[in-house]
Amino acid sequence: MLKIFRGGVNTPHRKNTEESKTLVMDIPSRVIIPMVQHIGAPCTPTVKKGDLVKVGQVIGNSEAYVSAPVHASVSGTVTRVEPMLYASGKQVMSVEIQTDGNQDVDENIQPPVIHSRDDFLKALRNSGLVGLGGAGFPTHVKLNPPKDKSIEYLIINGAECEPYITSDYRELMENAHGVIKGIQLVLDMLGIPKAIIGVEDNKPKAIQLLTEKAAADNRISVKTLHSRYPQGAEKTLIYTVTGRKVPAGGKLPADVGCIVLNVNSVSFIASYIETGMPLIHKRVTVDGPVIKRPQNVLVPIGTSLRDLIDFCGGFQEKPFKILMGGPMMGIAQYSLDTSVIKNTNAILAFDKKEGDLPSESACIRCGRCVDACPMHLIPSDLNRLVMAGKYDELGAYHILDCIECGSCSYVCPAKRYLVQSIRIGKDAVRKNAKKA
Amino acid sequence: MIQIIIPVAVISGLGLVFGLALSYTSKKFAVEADQRIEQISGVLPGANCGACGYSGCEQYAEAIVEGAEISKCPVGGADAIAQISDIMGVQATTGEKKVARVMCNGTWDKVLIKFDYDGIIDCRSAATMAGGPSSCIYGCVGMGSCMKVCPFGAISVENGLARINEAKCNACGKCVAECPKMIIRLVPACSEYSVVCSNHEKGAVARKNCQVACIGCQKCVKTCPVEAITMDNLCAVIDPVKCENCGKCIEVCPTKAISKYTAHH
Repeated sequence: MLKIFRGGVNTPHRKNTEESKTLVMDIPSRVIIPMVQHIGAPCTPTVKKGDLVKVGQVIGNSEAYVSAPVHASVSGTVTRVEPMLYASGKQVMSVEIQTDGNQDVDENIQPPVIHSRDDFLKALRNSGLVGLGGAGFPTHVKLNPPKDKSIEYLIINGAECEPYITSDYRELMENAHGVIKGIQLVLDMLGIPKAIIGVEDNKPKAIQLLTEKAAADNRISVKTLHSRYPQGAEKTLIYTVTGRKVPAGGKLPADVGCIVLNVNSVSFIASYIETGMPLIHKRVTVDGPVIKRPQNVLVPIGTSLRDLIDFCGGFQEKPFKILMGGPMMGIAQYSLDTSVIKNTNAILAFDKKEGDLPSESACIRCGRCVDACPMHLIPSDLNRLVMAGKYDELGAYHILDCIECGSCSYVCPAKRYLVQSIRIGKDAVRKNAKKA
Repeated sequence: MIQIIIPVAVISGLGLVFGLALSYTSKKFAVEADQRIEQISGVLPGANCGACGYSGCEQYAEAIVEGAEISKCPVGGADAIAQISDIMGVQATTGEKKVARVMCNGTWDKVLIKFDYDGIIDCRSAATMAGGPSSCIYGCVGMGSCMKVCPFGAISVENGLARINEAKCNACGKCVAECPKMIIRLVPACSEYSVVCSNHEKGAVARKNCQVACIGCQKCVKTCPVEAITMDNLCAVIDPVKCENCGKCIEVCPTKAISKYTAHH
């Protein structure tokens, strides 16, 4: 019997690109690789202007534990090392590489030698892997939970509940073998007894394929999930596949004996252990009504949105809004000079009809946002408090548990910008906590 | 008849007893109220703006009687302070009249616009989107959060820029606290000249982003006869205490980043 999480919304699926085989993109003439592509300490560039770099060479690293190195995705010459425009709209230290087109591979790249769990985690750090589902949390940190927590389930997130995006689905269809192999590696290395792959029921082919592939290993099972947004959010996924609730207030999946990995992350682990090639490519779904050829593309990290969209045939008409990520949680971009980073999974371009936000009107107190919130919060109250500037009271309403999924804004009949205001509130609460 | 007399007698009797009891207790347990609180409340403007740091004028009056600084009310100004010092018998400290000034002059026709902002009409929110729709990340966001908090209706937003009517401003400082870009400053009302720019970019970048930006050329610094202008991280700042309102700086500024204000004494 399938568990259903509380709240959420039924969004249209619009998986237009699910049959599009991943195309490998031509190497762009230049890439801009930001030093922050993960949650945690930013990297410091280890190359300088004029240096020659090869594919897979480390170009940024950090001493901090919660961080992941950044590698060159192309071979060529470093032309600039300075703050450049980043996906969030801020200026972030980045390395620009003019490609030479040879794609010479760094000679230091060889499969890592692994004897123990520590070797494995060290290798993962060197691979530069971060959570590829979107949040970008360094995987070597995630796979190293506190010693006193015993992990019972490795949960593989193949829900992909955001509309349009199909990059996880293509991984499952094209590399199911790699996904299973990656899961087995993690289970062996960390001594986790069970793995569950969760896939939404709008992807029947992937479920069938995975069930066949996983049949040989009785530790791995495949679970069909309801197609309901935000099924792929970590806490809702844990609840639907195991029935466990991650407690509110900064608790982690490890507290309930689970680790959640994205399908792309887990298959990358398998390929890295085999080849030693760090994370330098990302599959990106390019879609939306104004894109000429919507498709899935394997993009070198650091490719600008302009090059990527040109590769997909360009725009049919002037786009009204461009999102990095899905329509529910993606970040609007105002420039095509930003680059694809490790956790980019989609670039969507919309016309005015699809992309325009209706203007907000007064709250009619219907309570639909409260019903839709998967984290059991009261978005209408949070909105009211934030707009009144009453930041001190937000803590009592558990504002920091908001996952910014956007379900409340999606269902609001008054079209109130709920998530937008909650994000201001979260910023303010975090700032106040720092001051105290 | 008796049915009327008995209740009247009982009620009058009860009234007499309670009245005596109340008048006795009010004498016996009377709390000495400080007359000065009422007097000071009368002097304070009664706007309850909170600029003094207390929740309202009444609370500030109580705090003064308990020994708080008497010059914290910028709204009442020198008059109020003088009267309070009479009531309290304390020497008044300085109570210079101040006004709030927006240190940005980048209207929408002067700055480059990065994108059309679509969302809550609130500066905090707009500023989280890549620093706001204007390409100058130091300048006014223009969504009017300061206008909403001003208790005196002194602020208006024209063409994407907050403007303060200094005649109405009482320097309560609410806008200063609200502005996410921290570009509103309290200056003495007698100062006539200000560098109306807060950007810390290099000259070329600043000029590209905004036609009226301070480009850090330092011409004003060199021209000022009383050395009142200093550079704060590539942006000129006039020290209102040193400034003698000669106006030479405004003549040399190549980008018209310095403005003249009518003084309100």
